[in-house]
Amino acid sequence: MLGKDLLGLWDTSAEDILLILDTAVGMKKLLTQNLKKLPHLQGRTVTTLFYENSTRTRCSFELAAKYLGAGTVNISASSSSVQKGETLIDTGKTLDAMKNDVIVIRHPMGGAPRLLAENVKASVVNGGDGMNEHPTQALLDFYTMREKFGSFKGVKVAILGDIKHSRVAKSNLFGLTKLGADVTMYSPATLMPQGIDRMGAKIARSREEALAGANVVMGLRIQLERMHGGLFPSLSEYAKYYGVSEEHLKLADRDCIVMHPGPVNRGVEFTTAVIDGENSEINEQVLNGVAVRMALLFLLCKNRQGGNESA
Amino acid sequence: MRKILIKGGQVVLPDEVIGADLLLEGGKIAKIGKDIEAAGAQVIDAAGLTVFPGLIDMHVHLREPGFEYKEDIASGSAAAVAGGFTQVCCMPNTDPVCDNAAVVGYIVARAKEAGLCKVHPIGAITKGEKGESLAEMGKMKEAGAVAVSDDGRPVSNARMMRLAMEYASDFGLICLSHCEDRDLADGGVVNEGYNSTLAGLKGIPRAAEEIMIAREIILAETLKKRAHICHVSTKGGVQLLREAKARGVQITAETCPHYFTLTDDVITSFDANTKVNPPVREAEDVEAVKAGLRDGTLDCIVTDHAPHHVDEKNVEYNLAAFGISGIETSFALSYTYLVRGGVFDLSALADRMSAAPARILHLEGGRIAEGEIADLMLADLQEKYVIDSKKFVSKGKNTPFNGMEVYGRVKYTIVDGAVKYQAQ
Repeated sequence: MLGKDLLGLWDTSAEDILLILDTAVGMKKLLTQNLKKLPHLQGRTVTTLFYENSTRTRCSFELAAKYLGAGTVNISASSSSVQKGETLIDTGKTLDAMKNDVIVIRHPMGGAPRLLAENVKASVVNGGDGMNEHPTQALLDFYTMREKFGSFKGVKVAILGDIKHSRVAKSNLFGLTKLGADVTMYSPATLMPQGIDRMGAKIARSREEALAGANVVMGLRIQLERMHGGLFPSLSEYAKYYGVSEEHLKLADRDCIVMHPGPVNRGVEFTTAVIDGENSEINEQVLNGVAVRMALLFLLCKNRQGGNESA
Repeated sequence: MRKILIKGGQVVLPDEVIGADLLLEGGKIAKIGKDIEAAGAQVIDAAGLTVFPGLIDMHVHLREPGFEYKEDIASGSAAAVAGGFTQVCCMPNTDPVCDNAAVVGYIVARAKEAGLCKVHPIGAITKGEKGESLAEMGKMKEAGAVAVSDDGRPVSNARMMRLAMEYASDFGLICLSHCEDRDLADGGVVNEGYNSTLAGLKGIPRAAEEIMIAREIILAETLKKRAHICHVSTKGGVQLLREAKARGVQITAETCPHYFTLTDDVITSFDANTKVNPPVREAEDVEAVKAGLRDGTLDCIVTDHAPHHVDEKNVEYNLAAFGISGIETSFALSYTYLVRGGVFDLSALADRMSAAPARILHLEGGRIAEGEIADLMLADLQEKYVIDSKKFVSKGKNTPFNGMEVYGRVKYTIVDGAVKYQAQ
């Protein structure tokens, strides 16, 4: 059973992943009926503590909490305040003293959610930590895949882009291998991390090999700072040799789905025709994100029967 | 000074271990033999104990002046004798940097006040450890410096290091090189590999260390000067050194207990006490470091004792300070992993932890022989215990070894014929 926190999918079981996805089915049903004043988390408080900019993840968590009746607080800490000012542990203990039930943290450094979780009674949800994990993004990706394909067994997932710096790629890999899907990755050699093949990913030698017969084509956002850091020469060269166009997509399975955690660089990871094409599930992913986060918050709070003191 | 008679111990000599008594008189080892009688001497019953030459650590950080909240010369000296060390050499990355005779003299004076182990300052290679212009090596040597190093801040400019090796040799000083190509390390915090990817922490490739080891080898070889490589952690580094030594290059090297006991599996806990530079590597590196110690490619074991305040470790892994408080665990870890682990025997252990650093830095001591200085360490090798950082004498409690079971408890540390530490 799900524990106090959700820090990553590396140490989350397939059963827990499926429990969250199953719970999200009901949540999505309510959402699509436009039922957004639900009682599940009445009397609970969910705080988002973001040390990195984010619109969609933060908004998704906040709406998920609000739709279930929780009170929400948003804290933005500039990334410079990570270096100076209050320590993460002290901030966490302060939020704890105010009786928060759940803290959703996004942080530029891997392991920060774990450090927080070890020092607070509140449940901690990892909303993305450095190059480590982004478990709720992966969960919403899984939800989207399962909705389309019914199960994960034998589903071929191609992940293309900046694997090295991607917490999304890793959380997807960790979960998908437990669920029985096949994961293939492709990126410029400068953006491929060491040892990821030993974690269950197949490393493709070409874009074409990665895409061949794929059921899921997932692009990862290329960040401009990587180009400035010398990891690849230009966006146009990236688009030409590593991006996916309609032509490339023909190599994938006819019924494949196109996914992207957003925000998308149009014309870089995918051409506009791919992003807006009929295979694209990118907007559906966003809706599923709210449902999955509703399910997760609900399950974590259900575990916290006595409220803040129980943990 | 009162005479001391150490009775009934097993004595570790350079080539053998013998049952013998030791008589210490006038700060020297006066006599080694069976059934020594000495009227009026203080008798230490060493039955069941093993007598080693006093351990010598040629790479520690005592943090004074400037960072006394982490450690100071008195607390570091007390930790050293508790760890069985009779001589330590302290790195110059203090505040102010130990790059002039005045700071060297200050350290020497503070160590005398502490009056526990011998503390030998290491001067900076460059002024302010900035890598730009040579520090006053001659004056520092005269004030008591035994070597030069910009430890913690590698000398990135190869020309600067070339000049340093040449100039230092005029004064009989050796450059101790912290090998790290900063461009390749690129702000990494752990070893680059499977575990850095798993944890999402930025990796430091082995090449960052090995490229600079290769540079120092080439400089030492072409200049025909001596050089010493600090804290070797990689298989490739050991191989480069082995080949260089075979060619006759005047190069020596050290490693630390964490490089022959830990793999980077420990970093996935995100425990910042595992954060150290160079980072702990993988199993094949651990094996290579052990092999290097066995065949002498790696001359000696140092601790790189790097005490930090708890607040500097109880933060995000990326923000935590690099370093391990290691001087009180070095002997037990080395004995447990290397002698009990079957890498080599007690004489070799005494060589790597005492004789070798004495040879490299031309220090007195390092071996047990009649007429030698009476720097000794007595340990109970049968005693098994659990490392408990709360009990550290050092101000720095930052260790990745907390809770680990080890063998070999230091019982007495004797410096110049006087007992400076006795286990409770």
